[in-house]
Amino acid sequence: MGLSNLLFILIFLACVVWFTINVRKIRRNILLGKEVVINDRKPERWKKMFMIAIGQSKMVKKPVSGILHILVYLGFVIINIEVLEIIIDGIAGTHRIFASPLGSVYDFLIGSFEILALLVLVAVIIFLIRRNLLNIKRFGFREMLGWPKTDANIILIVEVLLMTAFLSMNATDQILQARGEAHYVEAGMYPISSFLIPFFESYSSSSLIAIERGMWWFHIVGILLFLNYLPYSKHFHIILAFPNVYYSKLEQKGAFDNMESVRKEVEMMFDPAADPYAAPVEPASEPERFGAKDVQDLSWKSLMDAYSCTECGRCTQQCPASQTGKLLSPRKIMMDTRDRLEEVGKNIDKHGKDYSDGKSLLGDYIQEEELWACTTCNACVEACPVSINPLSIIMEMRRSLVMEDSKIPQELTGMLTNMENNGAPWQFSPTDRANWVNES
Amino acid sequence: MSDTTTLKVNTMADLMAKGEKPEILFWVGCAGSFDDRAKKITRSLVKILNSIDVNFAILGTEESCTGDPAKRAGNEFLFQMQAMTNIQVLNGYEVKKIVTTCPHCFNTLKNEYPSLGGEYDVMHHSQFLQQLLQEGRLKIEGGSFQGKKISFHDPCYLGRGNGEYEAPRKLIEELDADLVELKRCKTKGLCCGAGGAQMFKEAEKGTKEINIERMDDVEEAKPDIVAVGCPFCMTMMTDGVKNKEKEDSIKVYDLAELIAEGNSL
Repeated sequence: MGLSNLLFILIFLACVVWFTINVRKIRRNILLGKEVVINDRKPERWKKMFMIAIGQSKMVKKPVSGILHILVYLGFVIINIEVLEIIIDGIAGTHRIFASPLGSVYDFLIGSFEILALLVLVAVIIFLIRRNLLNIKRFGFREMLGWPKTDANIILIVEVLLMTAFLSMNATDQILQARGEAHYVEAGMYPISSFLIPFFESYSSSSLIAIERGMWWFHIVGILLFLNYLPYSKHFHIILAFPNVYYSKLEQKGAFDNMESVRKEVEMMFDPAADPYAAPVEPASEPERFGAKDVQDLSWKSLMDAYSCTECGRCTQQCPASQTGKLLSPRKIMMDTRDRLEEVGKNIDKHGKDYSDGKSLLGDYIQEEELWACTTCNACVEACPVSINPLSIIMEMRRSLVMEDSKIPQELTGMLTNMENNGAPWQFSPTDRANWVNES
Repeated sequence: MSDTTTLKVNTMADLMAKGEKPEILFWVGCAGSFDDRAKKITRSLVKILNSIDVNFAILGTEESCTGDPAKRAGNEFLFQMQAMTNIQVLNGYEVKKIVTTCPHCFNTLKNEYPSLGGEYDVMHHSQFLQQLLQEGRLKIEGGSFQGKKISFHDPCYLGRGNGEYEAPRKLIEELDADLVELKRCKTKGLCCGAGGAQMFKEAEKGTKEINIERMDDVEEAKPDIVAVGCPFCMTMMTDGVKNKEKEDSIKVYDLAELIAEGNSL
């Protein structure tokens, strides 16, 4: 075993360990959310995941970005077969180990990877242009300024670099193969990188070997580092998109959940056998909070939603409030939830489980004005390509505002009072309900 | 135009006293009961039902708000109180099938009552009218609406909320009218701005009202009529058309009104 193999193994293991630590942190953070059991209707869930996540059915609702995204997605999934070979080569000190067992299949595979690499390159460059040069409204909302924009550009530029390294590696490799250099077995089909041969042809074999090795290392170390960038980035969606769709709501979008804690109390009020003078039963555990003030009050699914969001902004683009200049942006709700959850997670790392920093998602990140601008129209939920539900977070926070803090727009107080007193949101007498029958 | 038709309307209590049960319960809803414009929708549906002798009843003074605006405003307590009260009444009359002209009532009764003990077969009036049409009980004539350009504004709680996009469109086509889709329609339909308890408050600060934003789509499609299937959409779209001073060229009708008037009821 050579020094370079040892170095490779060390880098590889370090990156796997680093990634595992961060993924476990994200898992812990998600599980800070309230427990909800989601294990029903499994065949339906698999089908939905197959259609929406694997099949990208929602992505193509916007054809331009949808088709470009499918290219990058396919490229990512398929080119990763090549990464497996690179890792084995790196550990064992072999070169193109799959070449001889696979034979002509190998040629076909390498050929298709190259074509995909080119398509990814084209798609990613168009994405960069769309993000930075074209004035596309959904990329320009206030929540996208600063880090989110940089994050998006880092992801795209890294993809350009990785694909360029991959193609340059193949270009130099095939020249070395043709020259009959030892170690460079003749294998593969290079429909794209062969166009790069003129750039490298004049170099001596030893320089070409240096370039080939350099590109090989750059490509694989780049991928391992990029893997470790995911947990710090919106790009984590490439992992969570699948489970997130699987666990998403299957009921009609209009159906909001009925709060169990409230149901028990209301049922007691309606129970004629209940003794109004009985001493209240001491709750077995700490009384549940109504609605959500901070991330821990949200369900773990809402927290998974936050980590699955890649900030594409299709939700905000469809939101009637966002479109008419209100403060609300469903994408910001998701980004705030993730940011706050990350903050809570870091607090736990630093100060232990029970530390409180006195901050909360509602108030420090999300303002009441945003929440009250929502029409609950479900446009954001419908638009999300990975089945994120910003509306459920908005509703949980409204519940907290109303039932915990009695903070509610004054006109709505009037509406609620009317409903309580006369069973209608307006001030009409219930005895007048059927007057329309005889009015003309 | 004054409406002098005498309506035949029974309450569940009337029928109960006679030992009878109706085919359906017509859930009128608060807007349909009290809002002057929405009452016309209510009366139109009743005229249709009367004209083909559908045996229906209302709860009358025993009906109370479903609790939808309370729930969406975040007051789950009040919602569940309303729900349980209504469920006691509905179950007391052994109601099986409910039809309503309000997609908010429709959604709440259909999706949010079952886990509180109220399980009914709930239909939006567009679905029920389409069913009557399919069964051959209802004929739609279209009358003066024949050949008119009609756009349908999807109510959020019928469309995205419950996946029903076709029934309203089938009815419009049956009028022999020219269905012209708004740019943002079906799954991408733009809200009128009144859902989620917004009906009862001023909108938050912004650059535009949502119903005015919606008028961009209407002005682009240039329909003679905007058809709606929700009393709140009715208010918002009517206000939008007025705001653009287009009351003379663009009329706003509920689906039930189109059918009733087309059938000269």
